[in-house]
Amino acid sequence: MNALVDILASAGLWAAVLRIATPLILGTLGALLCERSGVLNLGIEGIMTFGAMIGWLAVYNGADLWTGLLVAALAGGVFGFLHAVLTVTLGLSQHVSGLGVTLFASSFSYYVFRLMVPVAGTPPTVEPFQPIAIPGLSDLPFFGPAFFNQTPPTYLAILIAILMAYIILRTPLGLAIRMAGENPHAAEAQGINPMAVRYGAVIAGSALMAVGGAFLTLSAFNSFFPTMVQGRGWICIALVVFASWRPERALLGALLFAFFDGFQLRLQTALNGAVPYQIFLMIPYVLSIAALAVMARRARVPQALMQPYRRGER
Amino acid sequence: MSEAVLEISGVSKRFGTNLANDNISLSLGKGEIVALLGENGAGKTTLMSILFGHYMPDSGHVRVMGQDLPPGKPRAAIRAGIGMVHQHFSLAPNLTVLENVMTGTESLWSVASNTGPGRAKLMAISERFGLKVNPDARLGDLSVGEQQRVEILKALYNDARILVLDEPTAVLTNIEAEKLFSTLKDMARQGLSLIFISHKLDEVMATADRVVVLRGGKLVAERKAAETSKAELAELMVGRAVKRPVREASTPGETVLEAVGVTVRVDDVDRLKAIDFHLRAGEVLGIIGVSGNGQTLLAQLLSGTAKRTSGDLVLFGHGVGDLSVADAVHAGIGRIPEDRNKEGAIGEMAIWENAVLERLSGYSRHGLVDRKSAIDFAGRIISAFDVRGGSPTSRIRLLSGGNMQKLILGRNLIEHPRILVAAQPARGLDEGAVAAVHERILEARRAGCAVLLISEDLEEVMALADRIQAIVGGRLSPPVKAEDVDTRRLGLMMAGEWEQEGVAHAV
Repeated sequence: MNALVDILASAGLWAAVLRIATPLILGTLGALLCERSGVLNLGIEGIMTFGAMIGWLAVYNGADLWTGLLVAALAGGVFGFLHAVLTVTLGLSQHVSGLGVTLFASSFSYYVFRLMVPVAGTPPTVEPFQPIAIPGLSDLPFFGPAFFNQTPPTYLAILIAILMAYIILRTPLGLAIRMAGENPHAAEAQGINPMAVRYGAVIAGSALMAVGGAFLTLSAFNSFFPTMVQGRGWICIALVVFASWRPERALLGALLFAFFDGFQLRLQTALNGAVPYQIFLMIPYVLSIAALAVMARRARVPQALMQPYRRGER
Repeated sequence: MSEAVLEISGVSKRFGTNLANDNISLSLGKGEIVALLGENGAGKTTLMSILFGHYMPDSGHVRVMGQDLPPGKPRAAIRAGIGMVHQHFSLAPNLTVLENVMTGTESLWSVASNTGPGRAKLMAISERFGLKVNPDARLGDLSVGEQQRVEILKALYNDARILVLDEPTAVLTNIEAEKLFSTLKDMARQGLSLIFISHKLDEVMATADRVVVLRGGKLVAERKAAETSKAELAELMVGRAVKRPVREASTPGETVLEAVGVTVRVDDVDRLKAIDFHLRAGEVLGIIGVSGNGQTLLAQLLSGTAKRTSGDLVLFGHGVGDLSVADAVHAGIGRIPEDRNKEGAIGEMAIWENAVLERLSGYSRHGLVDRKSAIDFAGRIISAFDVRGGSPTSRIRLLSGGNMQKLILGRNLIEHPRILVAAQPARGLDEGAVAAVHERILEARRAGCAVLLISEDLEEVMALADRIQAIVGGRLSPPVKAEDVDTRRLGLMMAGEWEQEGVAHAV
């Protein structure tokens, strides 16, 4: 029991939660944006991998860290454009197209990486983002080290979540995106071009996913290896459902999952091998499935999700 | 009428080989209500889609308030003051009423939605035309009638001066429809101009100032409503005199199906309350009522898709407990489901597949589907029941409503069922198809089939049924003979007032 309390009371846990959550927040927001417009983007896993690779590669070749993130975002947008051509213009199955994008982007990442970086015993590294203490707030006892001493992309992710909630729920653009995902015919009848809206949402959403991936190589770690995304993309897809397609809940969902993950890491150490570590690795996923089962029952799926839109057809 | 607010001149539109609109010209005056009357496929919806910019016309043009309307641009039509109320509403169930109404009304790049002024404007319009709504309600939680109100409000919110309604009553109950038409008349008095598309003669006669009849893509006649009659319009619309058949006198045979005090509880509410009825061979029992009073469940009970909570079902003299769908098929109960698109047919599957689905075991050999005999069977239905517009291998979705219904009727009647449960069999069909469906039902009755006809159409029930029971709030009135009632008394029965007619309700 004491071990549990110690873990929960350590500022280190909560700092780790924010760190672990960052790529999930960005990825989930990206997937959510796509889905709100009516397009499921299972390309996320591959797009995150590619973002992780290309962002790192840019920095490795001398770009600064922010340029690295920007390069990742642009690359993500390109994959988003590809997915949009396949699903919006051609109206192909969104599942199949998304999985295709994931397979392509993942393998392509590794290929480019191998092409550009010589094989070495220890993987090459870059100098990653450093934590920035927010003046004033970071001096607070417990809360300071827990929440206000993070790397810039983490602050950025939280800002984007708030911004996204505002855009989707409070602006005419957000309403157009939601209408495209709920009833594209209605959007069209009101003079909005649902195809254009979907293109925009998928491209921007994919850019966010790629930035989420780049966080892994430019902040959480400092090198790239091909399997590093490790299913985070799929977790993001589940988090979108968990969040009932609402950005503010996506933020909470990502934090919750990250909490489970950070907690199990520390529990492993605390119990020191008494229980096989695979059990702990399982915990966040099991808890997520349980949470998903509870939350998703009430979720309101965008009604036109996965339905291609063709003008003049009912 | 005063000056024309809308002029359509010489509009033609061709789809492949089909000339959907053939040189149509039409004008609309301020404050006028024009009904666009025609059978399904006459070109009404095409014409209105051109007006609203969904389609480009091949030739001809549209002028609104004296200004040419650029073709093929919905946004331009909205700006010119044309509002469209679609038959399948253009609304999103997960968004609120206000969000549905405000979509597309603001620049996409403004930093915030002006929901305050938007709400005020919506409420002002709602007040002015007596269309009450809660702007914050989730649209999917509203009834169909309320959703239509939102669809109308959306058009008015865009400052529509000309309102086009595509078969506005297709989805409404009679009471909702009456309310709608009084609202529409009120709008016309306030200076709006309206066009409504319909194939229902009653509502056209009651509401429109002028009637424009389309047939086969051509404008065949224009009449002032005051100077025409239902009979004339029906003939103009179909192109020949159409008469709905009426049952002839006959003597019913033995009782084949009986319900004794049957109650069905769904989610802790009694949706059918101790209902009693009996059905005899060679007669039609009409169950009349405003939809939503339990008739769906009654049809499901007899088709094997709903279970009794208490009471007895007696089939051919034997108590049967609960029917399963297989039992119902096996016992020779034919079924015409209420919603032919959802329950009656699988749109993407071929006509022959739809024809044999419920009797697949009869069309299989060694565990494989016997395509040849199944296609033969579908072909027999198609020729015997005059199904037009498809071969056995074409997808059933491509049939018109009337032809799909003929196919569903055919697949049931061709095997001479002993009982036919027909739920709203003529709903949404045009005059010609209604007459055909009625004729088939009467033919089955002559052949000794017992028909349970569930309907909300007084005329239909009066024409077909030997005996009539009203369904109100899950209760059934005692039966009355069709000869003994008129529409007034049936109306009272549909409102639940049957006790005072001197017949005690048997509970």
